[in-house]
This record gives sequence, C-alpha cells and structure tokens, in this order.
Amino acid sequence: MSTIAATANEFQAHGDDHAHDADHKPAFFARWFMSTNHKDIGTLYLIFAICAGIIGGGISGMMRWELAEPGIQHLTAWASWHNGLVGGGEATLNEAYHMWNVLITAHGLIMVFFMVMPAIIGGFGNWFVPIMIGAPDMAFPRMNNISFWLTVVAFIMLLGSSFVPGGSGYGAGTGWTVYAPLSTSGSVGPAVDMAIFSLHLAGAASILGAINFITTIFNMRAPGMTIHKMPLFVWSVLVTAFLLLLALPVLAAAITMLLVDRNFGGAFFDAAAGGDPVLYQHLFWFFGHPEVYIMILPGFGIVSQIVSTFSRKPVFGYLGMAYAMVAIGVVGFVVWAHHMFTTGLSVDMKMYFTAATMVIAVPTGIKIFSWIATMWGGSVSFKTPMVWAMGFIFMFTVGGVTGVVLANGGLDDNLHDTYYVVAHFHYVLSLGAVFSLFAGFYYWFGKMSGRHLNEFLGHLHFWLFFIGVNVLFFPMHFLGNQGMPRRIPDYNAAFAYWNQIASYGYVIMGVGVLVFFANVFWSLLAGRKAEGNYWGEGATTLEWTLSSPPPFHQFETLPVVK
Amino acid sequence: MAGAKNHDYHILPPSITPLLGSVTAFIMFFGLVMMFQPKVFGTYGSLVFGAGLIGVLYTFWTWWSDVINEAHAGDHTPVVQLHLRYGMIMFIASEVMFFVGWFWAWFDYSLFPVPLEVAYDEVKHTFDITNLFGQEGAAAASQFPAKGLEVFDAFSLPLLNTLILLCSGTTVTWAHHALLHGDRKGLINGLWVTIILGAIFSCVQAYEYSIAPFPFAGLNYGTAFFMATGFHGFHVIVGTIFLAVCLGRAYKGHFTPQQHFGFEAAAWYWHFVDVVWLFLFVVVYVWGGWGAPVHS
Ligand code: HEM
Ligand SMILES: [Cu+2]
Repeated sequence: MSTIAATANEFQAHGDDHAHDADHKPAFFARWFMSTNHKDIGTLYLIFAICAGIIGGGISGMMRWELAEPGIQHLTAWASWHNGLVGGGEATLNEAYHMWNVLITAHGLIMVFFMVMPAIIGGFGNWFVPIMIGAPDMAFPRMNNISFWLTVVAFIMLLGSSFVPGGSGYGAGTGWTVYAPLSTSGSVGPAVDMAIFSLHLAGAASILGAINFITTIFNMRAPGMTIHKMPLFVWSVLVTAFLLLLALPVLAAAITMLLVDRNFGGAFFDAAAGGDPVLYQHLFWFFGHPEVYIMILPGFGIVSQIVSTFSRKPVFGYLGMAYAMVAIGVVGFVVWAHHMFTTGLSVDMKMYFTAATMVIAVPTGIKIFSWIATMWGGSVSFKTPMVWAMGFIFMFTVGGVTGVVLANGGLDDNLHDTYYVVAHFHYVLSLGAVFSLFAGFYYWFGKMSGRHLNEFLGHLHFWLFFIGVNVLFFPMHFLGNQGMPRRIPDYNAAFAYWNQIASYGYVIMGVGVLVFFANVFWSLLAGRKAEGNYWGEGATTLEWTLSSPPPFHQFETLPVVK
Repeated sequence: MAGAKNHDYHILPPSITPLLGSVTAFIMFFGLVMMFQPKVFGTYGSLVFGAGLIGVLYTFWTWWSDVINEAHAGDHTPVVQLHLRYGMIMFIASEVMFFVGWFWAWFDYSLFPVPLEVAYDEVKHTFDITNLFGQEGAAAASQFPAKGLEVFDAFSLPLLNTLILLCSGTTVTWAHHALLHGDRKGLINGLWVTIILGAIFSCVQAYEYSIAPFPFAGLNYGTAFFMATGFHGFHVIVGTIFLAVCLGRAYKGHFTPQQHFGFEAAAWYWHFVDVVWLFLFVVVYVWGGWGAPVHS
C-alpha cells in the first residue's frame, strides 16, 4: 500500500501568510474589471441596472407615445429609422407592427432580467447580504464576478438581436414569454436565437449567483448570527436564491427546446409532429411564476428593514415574516398554471390552480399586516426611504388584490390577455418591486457612496413618481374590464380616453425620474458626507456599525452578535 | 479599519478569468447563431464558435488551475472546503431541475398522446408521419409511442448500459475508500476502471444512436428521446473528463485522506449522472416504449 500524503504538508503550509490590508484598493482596471470584492461588484450591478433601466424605460415611453391615441402614429417612422440602421429601406405596415412586438419584448426582458434582478439581487444583495451577516465577502468572490459579466454580455446579446432579422422585421418580437409556435416557426431569422441565448447567459449568471448567496448565508454568518437572528433582507435573498436555483434550469430546458425546434427540425412544440405548444407554456410558467417572486421577495426584505428602522422597533412577528417568505417561495412552485387558464385546462385543473393561487394570498397578507403592525404605535419618521416603503405597501396591496381576482379561473377567462393583467403586474412590479428598489436606494445610498441624498428632492421624486405611475397604471384596470387586449399598438377609439390619461401619467413619472437623477448627481458632487449610522437608533443591522462607505474589506475580525 | 485578515474565509485577489470567460461565452454563442443562420451570417460561424469554445475551455482550465493552486497554498480552510461542498450540491440540484424539463416533455407526450401514424419508407429511407387529429380513427390511434413506430428493446443495450453505470458507481466508491485509507494505487485503479466503464457507456450509447429505428426530426418521440438521452450522454462525458482530471491529480499526489474535495465532487457528479440514467431507463426505455414493437 503506497501512501498519498506527499503534499499534505503543503496543504497546511502557508495558511496564514496572506495578510491583507483592509483598505488597499487595486488599480482602476483590476478594481472594476477583475473584481473579487462584493461591494464593488454590487456597485457594478447597480450601475448596470440603472443603464438597463434607462433603456427599458425609454422603450416604454415609446410605447406610451404610440398608445396615446388610436391609430398608428409613430411606429412606421420608428421602424423605418430602425431599418435604416441596418441598411434597410422604408418600413411596411407589417414591419411597423413587428416593431411594436420588438418594443414590448425588449421592454419586458430588459426590465425583468437586466433591471430588477441585477439591481435588487446583484446590487443590494451583493452589497448588504455579506455585511448584514457579518461576513468579509461572498463565499465565492471570483464566481460573483462572472455572474456580473455574464449578465453584461447577455444584455449585449439581447440588444444585438434587434439588428438582425426576426421574422416580419428586425429584432425578436415574441413577447418576454417567447411562446411557441410564434417563437419557433413564426419567427424566421437569427433575432430569436440571439434572444434565447441571451436568456441562457443571464440564466447561468443567476444560477451561479444563487449558489453563491445560499452558500454565503448558510456558511458565513458571524459568531452568534443564528438563522433566526438574520435580518429579514438576508432571509428574503436566501429564499429568492432557492427559487432561482430551482426555477431557472427549467427555463433553460424550455428555451433549449425552442432552439431545437427552430434549428434542428425538432418536434417539441410542433403539434403536427406530435409536439405540444402548451408544453412550452407549462415549462415557461413553472419558471415564470417563481420568477415574479424572485423579483418581489428581496423587495419585501428591503421594506422590512426600512419599516423597522423608521418605526424604531423590531419588525412585528419576525419569525412569521421570515417563514411567510419561505411559504410564498414553496407554494409559488405549484401555482404556475394560473397563467394558462385559457389554454384548455380541465375544470378540475382550473379549480386546483385557482385554490392553490389563493393560498399564496395568506402569507402575503401576513407580511402586509406585520408591516402595518410594526408601524403601529411606533414613532415613525417619514424620511425618504420610509415614504417609498409605505408607497410600496400600499401599491403592492392593490396589485395583490387584483392578483386574487385574476386567480379565479372563471373570471380570468374574460380578463386574460387584457389590460387588466397589465395593470395587475405593473402594480406589483412597477409600483411594487420598483418602489422597493428606490426605497433601498434612498436607504443605503449614503452607506454605499458616503454621501447623503437630498431629502427634499427625494420626497419630490416620490410624489411625482407615485402620482405618475398611478395615473399611468390605474386606468388600465378600466381598459381591461372594457376588454382592451394587451400587446397591440392600435385600438378601438372607445379606449382612447383612458389611454390618453395613462400616457400623461408616464410623463409625470418621467419628470420624477429626472428629479431622481438630479438628486444622485447633486449628492455625488455636493452631498453632505454621511456618517456611519445616519439613520440613528432604529438602524440596528450590522452595516450601520461600519463607516460610510465601509472599508474595502470589512470585518477583518469577525463581529460577535449577541 | 486597516488591519490584518483575522478569519478563515478566502479573500481573493482580482482575476481576469471571469471577464474572459464571459466574453468568450458570448463569442461561442454568437458563433452558434451564425452557424444556425448561414443565410444571414455567411459560412464563418463554425470558426467563431470554435474560437469562443477554445476561450471557454481555456477559462475552465485557468479557473480550476487557480483553485487547485489555492488549495495547495492552504487557502482552503475547513470552512472554505464546506463552501465548496455546498456549492457542488447546489450545482447538482440545479442540474436535476434541468433534467426535470426534459422529463416533463416526455411525460407530456406519453400521457397525452397525439394520434400519429408512422410508416418507414424502405426505398427512400425516410419516415412518413401522418397526424390523424380530427380524422376517423384518431381515438384508436392516440397512443405513445405512435402507431407504426419501432423502439429500442429496453432489455438489450439499455439494460447493458444500466449495468455498466451501476458498476461504475461501485468502482468510484472503491476509489474513494482507497483514498480514505491512503492507498494511492487503489485510488488510481478504481478511477481507471470507472473512467473505462464511462467510456464504454458512451460508446454503447453512440452505437445505439446509429441504429435508431426512429428519426430525430419531425417526430415528438424522437426529438424528446434524443434530447433527454443526449443531454444525459453529454453529462456522462463531462463526468468522465472530471474523473480523468482526478486521475491525473491522483498520479501527482494531490489528494490526501483529509483533503480531497475535487475527487468527492467528481464522485457526487458521477452518482448524479448515474441516477438520471436510472430514471431515463425506467421512464424512457421501459415505460415509454411499453407496448410498441421492438426493433431487432
Ligand atoms: C397575491 C399574489 C398574486 C396573485 C394571486 C397573482 C395572480 C396572477 C394571475 C392569476 C395572473 C395571470 C393573469 C392572466 O394572464 O390572465 C398573474 C399575472 C402576472 N403576475 Fe401575478 N399574482 C400575484 C402576485 C404577483 C407578484 C408579486 C408579481 C411580481 C412581482 C406578479 C407578477 C405577475 C406578472 C408579471 C403577470 C403577467 C405575466 C404575463 O402574462 O406576461 N404577480 N398574476
Ligand atoms: Cu403567477
């Protein structure tokens, strides 16, 4: 028997001669392009998400402009301009319609995969999960960086798809859901292939990120930081990471099937050859429903931190809040077909999915009531993050209620694919997830940059944005009830009134966003320096024990949590 | 707060590998799109794809070389080793969900069959596939596998492959036990046998593909069969390479009875691939081909 302990000593050897200087930052290129630092990577993610948000938001502006009145106003001109970029000529009406499909597809994919997810998980998750559990960095710092860069190249792939043929015009026009057979036999040309590979890249990035977060949260909690002491934001990212880990691979399989059908004569979704287009919808929504919780759960976490900070009380029913998120995550995996009520599901199936979907309203209600109970009797201070958090609670509740309406399989036969659904998911996303993003930004910007934002501009931004999005999205409920279908550029004159109002709402919101950017630039140039704990006694999580911004490597000696 | 690192976690220096890997992955996928669409992009797709692929493989190489060097430098403290375990388990969990997608397709087709009729044209060597939906005899023809389709005999080559993989599962355990007892010779032998069994499995699978009595394209059975077993086969090849790397490292004396996570990860991966095959064998070959005429 030979032994294999040859290098055993080497293993134990240099363990300790890796002394780092906590504030030694690498040079520019190494720091930002080769980063292994969770805070720098978080910053990169936030900057990336803001850029993607500007593009995605600009596209929605084009959509609202076109929809402001019935008829086709601008699409033909835009499509001609777009054709011109790639050497084509004057656009036909069909190409103009295709342009519309490209806009809604790009808007949806960008906002979901390149704005909300990178900002809330990549940005805030990276920045604050390690700090909140008292860890010096993420578990896999190098893998953290490839998650970021894969997201960037995925975005470039998606943007690139708009310059190549995609069927009746340039770009992928399948909707963010990429349903077959529109995405298979219905879209000839490389645009949809590129969009699919973009999702593969972004998905791989997110799976690696999920592995990183789960490992970090399970293994790197500081002494005394037990699972049941973790801040709720950490809990929310933990649950989200599990959803990502288990849902994204199913999407990867589904879109790989699309590629097979598109390019290798596959029959997955080709009914004539025994395939099943509804199979695609099952696979997509098995991912898609968990995905909507992926976008909102970290927002829940952020709002919990903020409500507790500004009520100067621990969150009401901490354990209930944590396990409500776990419950939402678990049940979220068995409700997917509420997106498919009109695909010919049997009545029994519809009953099951209706009931299961409504069950989610229970843990969701627990969260809403616990936030209210936290504020109840607290000495609430209405700083900017807090007004955003309260806006979140209010608006998310509206979206949750319309969700419960849509959950009724019978009702949904009428409401499916109408503007009512558009109203629902914008209340939970544009007014839910996005409000939580702004809340987090106002809450932590000083911590991240070392400079205060302006309170007045913050409030002004809030009120403009709050009024704007409500004027923008509330009328969509009416339009949906009147039967206006979603995903169309032109509509019956009967729908003109509320559409016009909605487009005014967009303008108000847009002004709010300008105020936001003004605030950020003002703060970076002339903002007051932020002290370590600028929110005072209510802010009890570990990031407030550090300087603002924190040292390049925090917690060189691990904190001990009592 | 400048000070010395006073904990066991792994703080890494900056690295160019992630950026390199992302850019080359982009090139690789874009090359694939070019290959799919020669009408738009011309004929250079395979070159672009190849360049990207080389970059991606180079990224894997340098990345894991770095990891191994860091292990040798003592950076893999017990808690960092625990990270690696968690990471691998989670990676395998995501792989399981990836296969759920392919099995889902299979169950969809087999539980809700479409009335198809398949006839093999002996002269042209093509399959004529007729969809009887809405026509007379549709109900009677609603079966899976489709009427007229011949399938593999599950208890011939697939059963052989099942035994080969199960056997390789035991030989990798033999290698593991040898490693735990500091028996390098046993480790190397166990790995060699496992790798050879894995290679035989792949060869048998390739041979089976070459004599398939059904087409890949144009028929749900074929597309789902080849993609599910094909992705499994790809994982077998990856697992075999992983074990081969471990073999090389075993020769170099990289593993100790106390620290050998690289080997364990390979073994876990191998068992995962094994279990997926068992499900494929039962669901796709045995149950999925039930009642259909067997190709001889
Ligand atoms: C109380 C919880 C919720 C319930 C009961 C619910 C229910 C539903 C139902 C039944 C639909 C399908 C409507 C249709 O297409 O006919 C739907 C669509 C949608 N929901 Fe929710 N929902 C809830 C929460 C959320 C949350 C938290 C989000 C995201 C943050 C969200 C995002 C979406 C999106 C994006 C769609 C539309 C997807 C599409 O067709 O493109 N929902 N919801
Ligand atoms: Cu849903």
